[in-house]
Amino acid sequence: MTQERIVLTKKDRRAVATRHQFLQASWNYERMQNGGWCFAIIPAIKRLYPNKDDQIAALKRHLEFYNTQPYCSAPVMGVTLALEEERANGANVDDSAIQGVKIGMMGPLAGVGDPVFWFTARPIIGALAASLAMDGSIVGPILFFVLWNVMRYAFIFYTQEMGYNLGTTITKDLSGGLLGKITTGASVLGMFIIGGLVQRWVNISISADILVNKDSGATLQAQIDALTPGLLGLLVTLGCCWLLKKKVSPIVIILGLFVVGIVGTLVNIF
Amino acid sequence: MDILTIVLVVLVAFLAGVESILDQFQFHQPIICCTLMGLVSGNLEAGILLGGTLQMMALGWANVGAAIAPDAALASVGSSIVMILALEGGNVAVADAIVTSIAVATPVSVAGTGLSMIGRTIAIPMVHAMDKAAETANFKMIEFWHWAAITMQGVKVAIPALALCFVAPDAVEAAMTAMPVWLVNGMAVGGGMVAAVGYAMVINLMASKEVWPFFALGFIVAIIGEITLIGLGVIGVSLALVFITLKEAGSAGSGSVDALGDILDDY
Repeated sequence: MTQERIVLTKKDRRAVATRHQFLQASWNYERMQNGGWCFAIIPAIKRLYPNKDDQIAALKRHLEFYNTQPYCSAPVMGVTLALEEERANGANVDDSAIQGVKIGMMGPLAGVGDPVFWFTARPIIGALAASLAMDGSIVGPILFFVLWNVMRYAFIFYTQEMGYNLGTTITKDLSGGLLGKITTGASVLGMFIIGGLVQRWVNISISADILVNKDSGATLQAQIDALTPGLLGLLVTLGCCWLLKKKVSPIVIILGLFVVGIVGTLVNIF
Repeated sequence: MDILTIVLVVLVAFLAGVESILDQFQFHQPIICCTLMGLVSGNLEAGILLGGTLQMMALGWANVGAAIAPDAALASVGSSIVMILALEGGNVAVADAIVTSIAVATPVSVAGTGLSMIGRTIAIPMVHAMDKAAETANFKMIEFWHWAAITMQGVKVAIPALALCFVAPDAVEAAMTAMPVWLVNGMAVGGGMVAAVGYAMVINLMASKEVWPFFALGFIVAIIGEITLIGLGVIGVSLALVFITLKEAGSAGSGSVDALGDILDDY
């Protein structure tokens, strides 16, 4: 025991987490999030490697290719910090081990991060906030901003700590079905909520001038509502699913829907 | 618009551009961006209404895989500025201004795809400069290029926003007041349907045989108007937990999968 062990302080780790929020700033087609990753880990490099040659080597190895969902990158960072700390204290952790852990974790984590954050959490919080905002309430935007950012930063910091504390054992947890469970749970929740959103927020109603029974004055829309309210919205949504599967661009579909709306109104269908 | 308003509008556009690549603080999401635009131009309530309406349409917009969604930052910034211009004279109703500005700006946001490709290409030489700085352990230089890249991403949206600010408000207002009723109503009808595209993108990403029934459940349960979105969320989380537990139990006790078979075997 000749030398005192160099460790990353909580302050260092917080500095890394804070910088990690800018992961995608220099996103590029060549090595994707490499610049942001290197930018984030700089405080740790400064702490762990006083020697300039070691610093150069560390910067270079953290400018390698990297890409994942920006929030789910946090546990990867935690594990990497643990590995770098070991290395700085003389353990035999080579470059390929560190790069291997990064590459090994980024794929599965992107696979769970995209559905959880972009397709479950954001639509749900967004819909809740938007429904308030559509009544003109400032609470909507504030709720969205505060809720999202508190949740996001807490996730980034705590999953990084988790990765740091567990080190490479976390990779076993991840492959042990935890990610699979989260993805399944998010899909169930997401599909349920989207079903509800389609019912409430895809609005189409047929003109009251279109009657199914001239004598009673029953409108077609009333007939459809008697079957299931929101049925037309459902059909339009499923039609969009089908078109997207046929590789039609979402932008073309959006334009098409505006055209349908305008032409339909002109000829008095809507 | 006066100079101060233009400066603030361009600043909000800059933030939206930064966030369109970072995707962290969410300044590019309509509900935040349009609200800020409304705030800095003195149309706070109209901004909130626009933000809420556009957010509902943009819920599922995210670039995952091959499908490239309209750019939320450009759609928010573009529709906000068009709306601000339209409201300046005071002769256009807020509801009409919202509907038309969304209909005008959403297609334009397709340009976001091109801008995003340019930004991600310009970043390549910037990370090469970082490589070079790494050779001498020049931390400051690496940080500089990182901030330069994010600034470039902000400017990418701020420039079109600035250009849009100089469109004559009279022209926008005149165009909007000259629009026939069927066109405005038709755009509103189209806007009502557009949310379907975002939802469809989400569905296509998540749908599998085992989760389709939950979509059906969500659709039917939502018909009950008394259940709020939070209520729907609670039901959804409960269903998810129950489903995961049952699925695990099902795969753990492999013998019980074929109940009839077990009975027959025992018999």
